[in-house]
Amino acid sequence: MFKYVNLVLSGLLRKKLRTTLTLLSLAAAFTLLGLLQAVNSLFSGAADFLGANRLISQASTSFTQPLPMRLLPQIEAVPGVQAVSHSQFFGGVYGEGRNFFPQFAVNPLRLRQTYPEWVMPEDNWRNFTSTQDSAIVGRQLADQFGWKVGDTVPLNSFIWSKANGSRTWEWRIAGIFDGKDEEWQKRAALMYLNYGQFDEGRNPGARGLAGVFVVRVNNSSESERIASAIDAKFKNSSDETKTQSEQEFQLGFIRQLGDIGLIVNLITGAVFFSILFLTGVAMSQAVRERIPELAVLKCLGFKDGTVMWLVLAEAFALCLIGAGIGMGLASALMTLPFIQNTIPVQADAFVWVIAALSVVVLTLLVGVPPAYTAQRLKIVDALAGRTDDSFLEAILRKAVRAAQWLGRLVTGKSAEIPH
Amino acid sequence: MSADASLFPLVEIRQLTKAYVRGKQVLEVLHGINLDIPEGDFVALMGPSGSGKTTLLNLIGGIDSPTGGVLKIDGQRIDDLPGDQLAAWRANTVGFIFQSYNLMPVLSAQKNVELPLLLTDMSAGERRDRARIALQLVGILDRASHKPNELSGGQQQRVAIARALVSDPRILICDEPTGDLDRKTADEVLTLLQQLNREFGKTIVMVTHDPKAAEYARRTVHLDKGTLVTEAAH
Repeated sequence: MFKYVNLVLSGLLRKKLRTTLTLLSLAAAFTLLGLLQAVNSLFSGAADFLGANRLISQASTSFTQPLPMRLLPQIEAVPGVQAVSHSQFFGGVYGEGRNFFPQFAVNPLRLRQTYPEWVMPEDNWRNFTSTQDSAIVGRQLADQFGWKVGDTVPLNSFIWSKANGSRTWEWRIAGIFDGKDEEWQKRAALMYLNYGQFDEGRNPGARGLAGVFVVRVNNSSESERIASAIDAKFKNSSDETKTQSEQEFQLGFIRQLGDIGLIVNLITGAVFFSILFLTGVAMSQAVRERIPELAVLKCLGFKDGTVMWLVLAEAFALCLIGAGIGMGLASALMTLPFIQNTIPVQADAFVWVIAALSVVVLTLLVGVPPAYTAQRLKIVDALAGRTDDSFLEAILRKAVRAAQWLGRLVTGKSAEIPH
Repeated sequence: MSADASLFPLVEIRQLTKAYVRGKQVLEVLHGINLDIPEGDFVALMGPSGSGKTTLLNLIGGIDSPTGGVLKIDGQRIDDLPGDQLAAWRANTVGFIFQSYNLMPVLSAQKNVELPLLLTDMSAGERRDRARIALQLVGILDRASHKPNELSGGQQQRVAIARALVSDPRILICDEPTGDLDRKTADEVLTLLQQLNREFGKTIVMVTHDPKAAEYARRTVHLDKGTLVTEAAH
């Protein structure tokens, strides 16, 4: 099989400019595919690792609607509940207004009970619990901004103002936490703020309210029953709840931005549709120009099937090289700090599988018509310069004839069946 | 109509017909040809345009199928072989030389000559060695690494002859091999073909319009309007 590599590559090198331009188009398409599918993967896989042993209770109307703190002991009393914490999205921006990362105001003790996946030295936990204006940060964030324990971090909240009208809140770092394993460590890019300063400092009207309640259950198989029990408890009250698994909650949060998967797939589809035509035309043209050469190969004893596979292999090589350049470029772009700081995408297995499938589909779509033409080629006709329509041309010709016939039928002119 | 009954007829043609369908018309271009070509013969097929000589050549080379009659090569009927078997037969039995050389423009002379060997089980090294021997035989080994557009017409035709020879076929099919060459180069190419016939025993069937080219053959067969009209030994 490898003995044909030279022959296949020679087909691509025949018109270097055309091949280069086609490869650049393919590379651009695959760069976009790599980046977009990495975004898709990030969003669709963002909550995959979360277990079902944690539930989130939010206001039934929207998670932006706060719930009163008095619900907490009632939720805690539901059989099967192990621990309950409350969490309020803070919405702060650090520095020049460009650095955004998730921050949540929490009760430190309760956070530790509901999120045992975060690990930190004991004295750091103690400092976080005992100091009102303290905060803890994930390792990723600490590394990104060069923070260390004892540093003060000012955050400008676009949601919460202080009683004095200021939106700037200062938090002292009491500890830097890590994830219990590699998966959680990758997600250690958030900040927890002590609810003490947050609740005391904010507008009096907003005090005593929690954003959502995080419920850790003893047995994940009972999650559904517990969720129903919590919601039933507050049904028909002024604070109706909607309790769901943490995974569903996260996905719902992401969906606030829109159906990322659909948007990404639509853009990718549009790009590939254009590339399909471009590459398809280039391949068909390349094969038509080489028809006498293909006929000579058949003269020499190459079978119809072998010639067909050679053309298909050429289409595959073109798509593969283009995809390789594009995915390489996408992977390189993903490592750039400004992209990682904006959206931490990476070319994971999902992205590579999508790219590989795209190569196969693209190869078949652009390669099969000219390969079929090459396979059907009659040596004598091809050498004499008499060639049949290509696969696509034959289809187009038939479509045009059918349209003409329909036109005549509609206008009442003679509608003789076209040949 | 055998040229030399003492020689074994490598090509045996009986009542061979060929018709083309063009739209609703059926056009018969060969009408019941009978011809024997012994092993080691060098036959020039001549005749006016449309006489059917190229059609006959294509049938003998197995790149076209007759409408009727029998065509045997080395005792084997090839007129009813299916496509893939015919392709395998061509790879083993026939070498083609065209008027316009038909070399792959992006491959070097040597790689062009190696093409037929891709269909064998030979290693890359064996293919290279065989190709270089063939190039040496036609006197163009020093141009092995050149691409066709870096060679003259005569040199390109020598590469094409090397390609036709490299798999050691029994028959060489030549379609106007000197049609694009000047007299001097044409004579050189024809001398080479004659040498291949006389020294290496290759059976050659050549279509030509040029009476001078036909003189290099052992005999000339004339066709007119799809019928074999005369035969003359040189």
